[in-house]
Amino acid sequence: MGALYVLILVSLFVALGFLSTFIWSVWKGHFDDDCTPAMRILLDDGIITNKPVKKNS
Amino acid sequence: MRPHEHIIEKPILTRPPCYHCGEECKDDIIHSDEHAFCCEGCSMVYDILKENDLCSYYSIDGPQGISPDKSYFQGKFDYLDLPEVASKLLEFTDGKLSSINWLIPKIHCSSCIWLLEQLHRFNPAIRSSVVNFPEKKVRITFDSQQIKLSELAVLITKIGYEPYLSLNDVEGTQSQKWNRTRLYKIGIAGFAFGNIMLLSFPEYFHLGESSSDQNLRTLFSIINFILSLPVFFYCAADFFKSAWSALKGKYLNIDAPIALALLCVFLTSIYQIVSKTGPGYFDSLTGAVFFMLIGRYFQDKTYAGISFDRDYKSYFPVAVTTIKDEKETRVPITELKSGDKMLVRNQELIPADAVLLSSRALIDYSFVSGESEPVERQKGDTIYAGGKQTGLSVELEVLRQVSQSYLTQLWNNDTFTKEKENQNQTLAARINRYFSSVILIIASLTFLFWFFILNQHETAFRAFTTSLLVACPCALLLSSTFTNGNLLSLFGKHRFYPKNADAIERLSHIDTIVFDKTGTITQTNEAEIEFIGNKLSEDELVIVKTLARQSSHPLSRMLVKKLENIIGSGRMLMHFEETGGAGIKAFWGKTEVKLGSSKWVENANPSEKTSNASYIYVSFDKKIRGYFTLKSKYRPELARTVDMLKKEGFHTYLLSGDKQTDRPILSPIFGKDTNLLFEQSPEEKLRFIENLQKNEGRNVLMIGDGLNDAGALRQSDVGLAVSDDINNFSPACDALVEGIQLEKLPAFINLAKSGQSIIKISFTISLIYNVLGLSLAVTGKLSPVFAAILMPVSSITIVLFTTIATNISAQKWMKR
Repeated sequence: MGALYVLILVSLFVALGFLSTFIWSVWKGHFDDDCTPAMRILLDDGIITNKPVKKNS
Repeated sequence: MRPHEHIIEKPILTRPPCYHCGEECKDDIIHSDEHAFCCEGCSMVYDILKENDLCSYYSIDGPQGISPDKSYFQGKFDYLDLPEVASKLLEFTDGKLSSINWLIPKIHCSSCIWLLEQLHRFNPAIRSSVVNFPEKKVRITFDSQQIKLSELAVLITKIGYEPYLSLNDVEGTQSQKWNRTRLYKIGIAGFAFGNIMLLSFPEYFHLGESSSDQNLRTLFSIINFILSLPVFFYCAADFFKSAWSALKGKYLNIDAPIALALLCVFLTSIYQIVSKTGPGYFDSLTGAVFFMLIGRYFQDKTYAGISFDRDYKSYFPVAVTTIKDEKETRVPITELKSGDKMLVRNQELIPADAVLLSSRALIDYSFVSGESEPVERQKGDTIYAGGKQTGLSVELEVLRQVSQSYLTQLWNNDTFTKEKENQNQTLAARINRYFSSVILIIASLTFLFWFFILNQHETAFRAFTTSLLVACPCALLLSSTFTNGNLLSLFGKHRFYPKNADAIERLSHIDTIVFDKTGTITQTNEAEIEFIGNKLSEDELVIVKTLARQSSHPLSRMLVKKLENIIGSGRMLMHFEETGGAGIKAFWGKTEVKLGSSKWVENANPSEKTSNASYIYVSFDKKIRGYFTLKSKYRPELARTVDMLKKEGFHTYLLSGDKQTDRPILSPIFGKDTNLLFEQSPEEKLRFIENLQKNEGRNVLMIGDGLNDAGALRQSDVGLAVSDDINNFSPACDALVEGIQLEKLPAFINLAKSGQSIIKISFTISLIYNVLGLSLAVTGKLSPVFAAILMPVSSITIVLFTTIATNISAQKWMKR
């Protein structure tokens, strides 16, 4: 039976871990905008040239 | 005669789409870099993007660019650098790094997101920019020592994304729409609920009866108690607060019985644990809080990007140009004092009551009064705030401060200070009040009966708590929150956005519908145009369009829009002259061309004039060729919608700030002539609604669009604002609807009514549960475990039922 005490406490801590992950993600703003990131991921970063190449047309 | 017949005589030519904005190039095409552009603005943005190597903008969504606003002028944003303005606009600043969150109404596609998030490539001082697409906002973090706020505004304006700045940003109250704490609370309550349920399972199945398990049992109880603490004190805090503030105001609100039930359950549970008489009801307690929080979350879900509480401050500019010692400066309008001289440019709003100093001004009051045609004002006239200047810039002298002007007085009306949402009045609240009093009485009677008459103290406590528990009003509350929450999102799918659940309930009681005219049942900037007279050749139409393009008068603009198949010429017109209130003239080569009122083009005897349209006369070399008639165009589905509403027994009215001109067209639609009221001031509109409500006991739905309807929208039971672009600006209201969806109004009202029946049915379901549970509970037969199981089961049934029922009725009404 002694094992049960340990297991229950361990399972509670695992659950607490998930809860804190959730709170952390809300705090970081992960749920503030559920639309833009989905669009952003489909966009390319574009042709990254660190220094803009100036062209004169 | 069919409209357009005389105007368009040529098949539509295919013209290349603009490389930047994708619109068909209508006039002279600008060729640059092997691409075609429709205007200077578009080609300029292209050049800027090219210079910064950002042309992949065009490869994301094709030509989706925005032509920069022509109203931009040098120094427009200078006021942003004033410390008192900047400090209110900036979200954060430490003297070096600053961040600002700007509303940019023009954000519309993924290219916009991409470009606005590449701002750092224009200027290294911009550290990052993050777009929130649904809210149409961009948060820019920048080095305030290297780039000024005004420079930043100019930069994004130049690429087509002008930030929308209004007085509200500086003065108004910012409403925090997205509240993260609600998510924290749901998370914590869900966590506690799940774990307590698991730890309660042995209890449910009567396990652990042997004496060796007693330690384990105590441990479970203690863990349950600890887990319930944050739920009771943090997650459920709002229920207690709201109940307490209602009690202080000496009435019972919907949260009062919930708070009482939670408190009772919590205290009995603690008693049971301490006295080792039972495991407590922590599972039910946390479960109830969890479900209620979720219900509220759905119900209070706000639509991103839509604001319901706008007042004049959201429309007024932050700054205006003033002239001091011959020098133009931009000052915040809050600092305008009487006697200041201000310069108002074309299409700018006049922010304060003022006296005109320039010789002539053409003021468009459509925003305030609903009058669609601009009025002419002479030097020395008083001009009230809220009008827009059309045409050349004018100078004005300020009479009164902004906060004391005529327009802002409307907001001092009592109507704006009282709350429409009286929680006491909602269906759920009414039923709940009776319900909770009855439950309390039954529970107390049961307790007294067992305690004193049968003298069984143990059973008395058990019967008391179980009857409170099974009869917890949560199921009742859930039925209304989930039904309304679902309806909100269903309405949202059809571009009808009620502000909250109360608005839906009030909508279901509506019996009278009042329409505003301009912008509500007419389409903004759309008109039916016909030409009467000698047919104009195509060359002549080109001249007419070219001339009309020079003027910013609304009639000229409509004419230009209607002549879209004619290619305007870029050829310079000589001696262009515009006389406000009269017309325009210019020389095309040697031909004098005049457009305007009949007097202006020297028409001696104006032909038969029916007064329900505007006229533009055309003359070439003093010879009148005929005239265009412009009639305001009604939404095509209007007649059918009003007819349907009348058939369903609604009273329909029309209230317009405009002139009587359209009475003959509208009276057959609205039936009785007495239901049409014209030339109504904003104040009169408000009084009219009030009169209907007080003297005839009607529940009024007001449909309007402009600031001139703001009072009436506020006074009515449901104020519905119509907007052709939902993310643009609309007055304070209870619901917003997209213009083309207005025809579905009968369906919307019916769906709201179905919603109320669904709430009633689910009330009945939960009542059956309660009666069942209660009858067992008062006899003391109900074991707490069974009560604990019955509660979540009843909640889940209610949630399922309301979800399915609302979806079915939405399909039923919306399909028609």
